[in-house]
Amino acid sequence: MSRAEIFANIRRGLRRTEATEAQKEAVRQRLQQHPRNRIPARSLHEHDAQVELFIRMAQEAAAEVIELESLEQVPTAAANTLEAKGQNELVLASDDSLANLGWAEVHERIECHQRVGQVGDQASLTLAFAGIAETGTLMLYSRPDSPTTLNFLPDTHLVVLSKQDIVGPYEDAWDRLRESAPGRLPRTVNMITGPSRSADIEQKLQMGAHGPRQLVIFLIP
Amino acid sequence: MSDTHTPPIKVGLFVTCLADMFRPEVAFATVKLLEQAGFLVDVPKAQTCCGQPAFNSGDNESTRKIARQTIEAFDGYRYVIGPSGSCIGMLHHYPELFADDDPWKARAEDLKARAFEITSFLVDEVDFSGIQSDFKGKITYHDSCSGLRELGIKQQPRQLLSEIDGLELNEMQEAETCCGFGGTFCVKYADISNRMVSNKTGFAADSGADTLVGGDLGCLLNMAGKLKREGREMEVRHVVELLAGMTDSAAIGDADYDLGQEL
Amino acid sequence: MDIKSPEFKQSARIALQDANLQKALGNLKAGFPGKRAAAVARVPEFEELRDQAHDLKNHILEHLDLYLEEFEARVVENGGQVHWCSTSEDARQTILQICREQNAKTVTKGKSMVTEEINLNEFLEENDIRPVETDLGEYILQLRGDHPSHIIAPAIHLNLEDVSEAFHEHHKRPKSDDPAELMAEAREMLRKQFVAADVGITGANFLVAETGSTLIVTNEGNGDLTQTLPKTHIVVSSIEKVVPTLEDMSLFLRLLARSATGQEYSVYNTLSSGNRRPDDQDGPENFHVVLVDNGRSDMVGTQFQDMLRCIRCSACMNHCPVYGSVGGHSYGWVYPGPMGSVLTPQMIGIEKAGLLPNASTFCGKCEEVCPVRIPLPKLMRHWREKEYEKHLSPKAVRWGLSGWAFLATRPRLYRLFSSSASKVMRMLGGGKGKVTKLPLAAGWTDHRDMPTPTGKTFMQQWDERQKQEKQP
Repeated sequence: MSRAEIFANIRRGLRRTEATEAQKEAVRQRLQQHPRNRIPARSLHEHDAQVELFIRMAQEAAAEVIELESLEQVPTAAANTLEAKGQNELVLASDDSLANLGWAEVHERIECHQRVGQVGDQASLTLAFAGIAETGTLMLYSRPDSPTTLNFLPDTHLVVLSKQDIVGPYEDAWDRLRESAPGRLPRTVNMITGPSRSADIEQKLQMGAHGPRQLVIFLIP
Repeated sequence: MSDTHTPPIKVGLFVTCLADMFRPEVAFATVKLLEQAGFLVDVPKAQTCCGQPAFNSGDNESTRKIARQTIEAFDGYRYVIGPSGSCIGMLHHYPELFADDDPWKARAEDLKARAFEITSFLVDEVDFSGIQSDFKGKITYHDSCSGLRELGIKQQPRQLLSEIDGLELNEMQEAETCCGFGGTFCVKYADISNRMVSNKTGFAADSGADTLVGGDLGCLLNMAGKLKREGREMEVRHVVELLAGMTDSAAIGDADYDLGQEL
Repeated sequence: MDIKSPEFKQSARIALQDANLQKALGNLKAGFPGKRAAAVARVPEFEELRDQAHDLKNHILEHLDLYLEEFEARVVENGGQVHWCSTSEDARQTILQICREQNAKTVTKGKSMVTEEINLNEFLEENDIRPVETDLGEYILQLRGDHPSHIIAPAIHLNLEDVSEAFHEHHKRPKSDDPAELMAEAREMLRKQFVAADVGITGANFLVAETGSTLIVTNEGNGDLTQTLPKTHIVVSSIEKVVPTLEDMSLFLRLLARSATGQEYSVYNTLSSGNRRPDDQDGPENFHVVLVDNGRSDMVGTQFQDMLRCIRCSACMNHCPVYGSVGGHSYGWVYPGPMGSVLTPQMIGIEKAGLLPNASTFCGKCEEVCPVRIPLPKLMRHWREKEYEKHLSPKAVRWGLSGWAFLATRPRLYRLFSSSASKVMRMLGGGKGKVTKLPLAAGWTDHRDMPTPTGKTFMQQWDERQKQEKQP
């Protein structure tokens, strides 16, 4: 009832009933071709420069960036990072690449779990799908191996990002996402730029509102 | 600029109703500047006000009447020049008042193309650099909203003022923030307007300047009136008074003349 | 929320004298404009982005029905449901029904101005469902029984002391005046609510037709917890928020945070596409999108259509000298500042909201900073035209205006009048150059002196000069 009313109203305003074929075609084309709009030049560089820009922008957004030589170093790096923060529990995303790492080697320093995020969790470790250099933004998405709650409930969020997955602008990430999840987007796509914050009290910025208080990015080759 | 061998170009002066009534010096200074730039100045008698009070009150019928009258009054002049970004900005709104198929629309567009605020005309159109003024003092400049945002007037008055040797410009904080005049706004929303003009006079005084200068008489009357009420010493003048070297007369709102002769 | 827009002038007067409010507004003026300017300066392409956003929004509005149909189809494919609501009442009933189906007792809420617009919280409470605001600012306001005074910084009218007192009273904890401690307290309190909630309600900054996704933008992460933890996620949004593609959304996101808080990008930008997928371990089982019209479709094709480009960044109010003087509550309804002065008359009627589009000097600062180039002063003036046409403007104003217009269209009479008026004012001034009281202009002389004319009118003097020149 409301639906018909709203559409009739819109069409009355547009002074037409059905859209013309040309109008429908314009819409179809835009949706299918998803043309890019103006992209700021700042991220349109060689890959090395994009990696550098990503690091700079992520740090500006108050994320901690730790460069590692290999994925295999992640368990030790995670243990070191958590220890420095006085934490000793970690909830892991169950992606094979993370779960199969040598966690046993650090089991005396951190207790690892594989489950969804829960209230009271100290830390989580997830895998980023992409890093967007333009603003130092991580892109992650939900899937059975990587529940969304891990990105929001723990105090410390550790994220593994491969340099190869760093792109310049958001648009490059959209293309990769369309390729890796053809047909439809994952249920949730998170773009995360730094840790949680709020300036709702007297416009003064405070870190750590409802999401993680710390965001640590492990950058691997 | 006009060549000395050809007859000077005739310019129509849009006096503006506030200059006409409150401060004729502003119009005379504009005439002087235009003459210095080599133009012959004419003052069409059929002009009154630009129509902004009606336009901004939603009375488009009255505005159209005034627009048609102004368009006719300034027919045939190569340029239409006025000492106000606000009033000239209003002339630039005239085309919006007429439907596309109304012959007045084209005439309004034509007027718009010929109508300029004085400082932007001197700088942008005729590249004038013959300022002769012996004004001495520290000034601060208020950017009036319409001129600034509708006509892009910002650096033009500053460029002309920089030609005056004895003048020092101290920019105030928030020079581009509205002074709270807003035509009828200052009377209809007097309390808010008062807050805005108080902020402005505070910034002007803090600049360390002894003269507050601007390009729109409405704003200048508002700020001068507030400065007087606050008992501040600062003088207020229209930019053309300084540029034309006509600062002998009392500043805006200061004691001035002998009533005896005329009344 | 009660409509108090007709009392704008009174509210403004009180606001101007409220020292606490003025202090709080100082935080706004000291923060937003400078941060925006710095953020904009870092993007040389910013003006071009604004042009493209302007054109793209116009393209969307010209094809609004088509993009909405596409969006709906994709949401359904993703396993969600779309509910179309013409009015606030439709939207409230729809949301209530979804909540009842879930047997909901507690509903957590992300920040949403549309839910303010439809007065959702009060309605849910009346129906024994407890809404819990989770954005820090909104949470503070809810504890105080207050409403947002700004569209992205809802508690901008409050000071630390107000927050500290509200928390002390409601949390029964020792009073703290450390913002970090207060935030930690809110975090702890709300953690329980996020988990307990049966339904999570968020707004949406954009609706993506290509993918059937809704997008929320937050810095706190509250919106994400609101929509991820409960069994049901309801997105309440309005029809003009649809954009064609992810690329198009990115264009707007490049403008949004920079124009709003002066951030490069907000911390959390989250796309939601339907409900939990098979084998997913978390996420809502039910996904509903409630699309509210509430007068927006009536604006399509009218002189107010430009307003539908608005992306709710708040730059217009952050830079408005009137908003900065009186704060958001003075406007008397949900949307304050310049964008509110255009939207409010559409939503509650010009009869009630007439003072708002008049309360502007047309300084144009709002249009200067609007990321989608909405000509806000022009739209406010269109409301003044409507008001004038409907004879709603005050009689004194109309009479004054028609008397003045009568003169202004008769140059000879006008000159006669102006020369006499000049003379009278000079007499009142008595040579002092100013008067301190002027009949019929108390609004002026209550606060400032009125400079008097300095001599005969220019027209008189020019005439005399011309005559002298002609004499031999």
